Amino acid sequence: MKPSKPYRVFRTSALVVVVFALMAPLLWMIAASFKTNVDIYDTAKAFAFSPSLKNYETVLQQANYLQFIGNSLWVAFAATTLSLLLGVPAAYSMSRFSMKKSALVVLMARVIPGVSLLVPWYYVFSNLKMVGGFTVLILSHMFVSLPLIVYIMMGYFDGLPAELEEAALVDGLTHIGAFRRITLPLSVAGVATAGILSFIFSWNNFMFALVLSGSDTKTLPVAIFDFVGYASIDWGGLMAAATVVTLPIMLIALFVQKYVVSGLTAGATKG
Amino acid sequence: MSAVLTPRTDSPEAPAASLDTTSAWSRWANEHRKWLFAAPAMAFVAVLIVFPVAWTGYLSLTDAEGSVRAESEFIGFQNYLDVLTDTDRFWPAVWRTVLFTGVVLFFEVVLGMAIALLLWRPFRGEKWVRVAILLPLVATPVAVGMMWRLIFDPNIGMANQLLGWIGIGPQPWLAGQHSALPTTMFIDIWQWTPMVVLILLAGLTSLSDEPQEAARIDGASSWQRFRHVTLPLLMPTVIVAILLRGIDALKTFDILYATKGRGGGSFHEVETLNVYAYGLSFDYNDYGVSSTVLIIFFLIIIGVMWALTYRKKGLGR
Repeated sequence: MKPSKPYRVFRTSALVVVVFALMAPLLWMIAASFKTNVDIYDTAKAFAFSPSLKNYETVLQQANYLQFIGNSLWVAFAATTLSLLLGVPAAYSMSRFSMKKSALVVLMARVIPGVSLLVPWYYVFSNLKMVGGFTVLILSHMFVSLPLIVYIMMGYFDGLPAELEEAALVDGLTHIGAFRRITLPLSVAGVATAGILSFIFSWNNFMFALVLSGSDTKTLPVAIFDFVGYASIDWGGLMAAATVVTLPIMLIALFVQKYVVSGLTAGATKG
Repeated sequence: MSAVLTPRTDSPEAPAASLDTTSAWSRWANEHRKWLFAAPAMAFVAVLIVFPVAWTGYLSLTDAEGSVRAESEFIGFQNYLDVLTDTDRFWPAVWRTVLFTGVVLFFEVVLGMAIALLLWRPFRGEKWVRVAILLPLVATPVAVGMMWRLIFDPNIGMANQLLGWIGIGPQPWLAGQHSALPTTMFIDIWQWTPMVVLILLAGLTSLSDEPQEAARIDGASSWQRFRHVTLPLLMPTVIVAILLRGIDALKTFDILYATKGRGGGSFHEVETLNVYAYGLSFDYNDYGVSSTVLIIFFLIIIGVMWALTYRKKGLGR
């Protein structure tokens, strides 16, 4: 049945408000990143300003952001790859053998406050002189991505019928062979979902890098603070930096929207 | 079924025929695949998660502070006594954490439900609305904090300009001692309501149409259909949304740190338990006390989760 006309009018206007409320701040940030600080301070020029690329020049050249972009990419990529290597087989075992308690332990990591890991890690790794290096940073990001991947992949494997593997066994494959040649190829969409979400969460992660990264290994969310001084803020530079951090991940998410949504809502409807 | 899946290499006469082409290693690997697959991840979790949590528990019973190489002494439950009687920083932080979580959860669930219901039935332009809903969700929280910092700036921010146009005087927003916490709540609601929308929408889409139709034929109004048909059926999903968002809201850090800096601002106006524990550890290097706060915080989270899942079971689907 079709909704009534008054309802459709109400729905359209309500959704216009919602879309505006969600999009306007982001567009405002991007617009400000093209303004000079003089224009930002002049509220009369809120909409009528002459766009300038000066802020991006500051961010990419003076503030060394190309290096931080590289750091963020490397940490997110390495943490995601390692978490997939560990997490996908583990999720398979936990799903097929109903290892409820083991799964619970891994998923507890979603609940534990990150600070409570940082203190012991900082103790251990600063004594090993590893704080400030990529290894610790990548390990710490795996703390976020591994449980996420196990959670998503368990749900995915639960949904794959065991009969397919049984048929492969009858055809002479070993159990591991059946996992590798039957189950895994069927799970590409699930692995993609888990990998993309893990990448996004790692890219956005702030607290671990705040403590564990050094001036050469800083990731983007930490590097943003270079634009916040004690006395004053370089608003144009700050908005350009914020845009550089968040626009790429938003664009990636748009391209793979289907996966992002299915990952974020994984397990939500099973009750 | 497990009889089919498990190769019976342990029984004397069975194996040879099907497995003679495979090496001993492969046979062993296949037989022990359950732990072979799970062990690396479990080891990672044990070394990097279980062990640190246990250590936090131990540190909470010591007077560790200063340098990570400094000697520390076992002082029993003294830290717990100190923390639980600290009405200066600890209890206000607990109160802010509870208030922050309660308020943002309430608005995120109510707004999320309203938006999810609007999006439930297909319509033209749906794609664009979904894009708008996804973007805040994947945006980097620190960048989001900075973005709102500019918008809420008392002197040059757009927020006060908009208020000016409708005749309301400028507000201090993040800079005010009493308005800072509500403003950070607003930012959290802006960023995370879409998460609730997505979860509830997934729940709504999986509902069958029949109960709706039956209620319609019986003459139920749209509010009655929502209240007595849709909502009860959707309740398990609502609880999942509350659970997932609640855990993250309790642990909110990025937005608070990005907008107010260390210690939740100069008057600690947005200092929640997570921000407090971070400050104790890494601004004051007071590891013992910080561990105590973390253990208490952890127990609060577990308690809230337990209460919610218990309630979920109680609802009985």
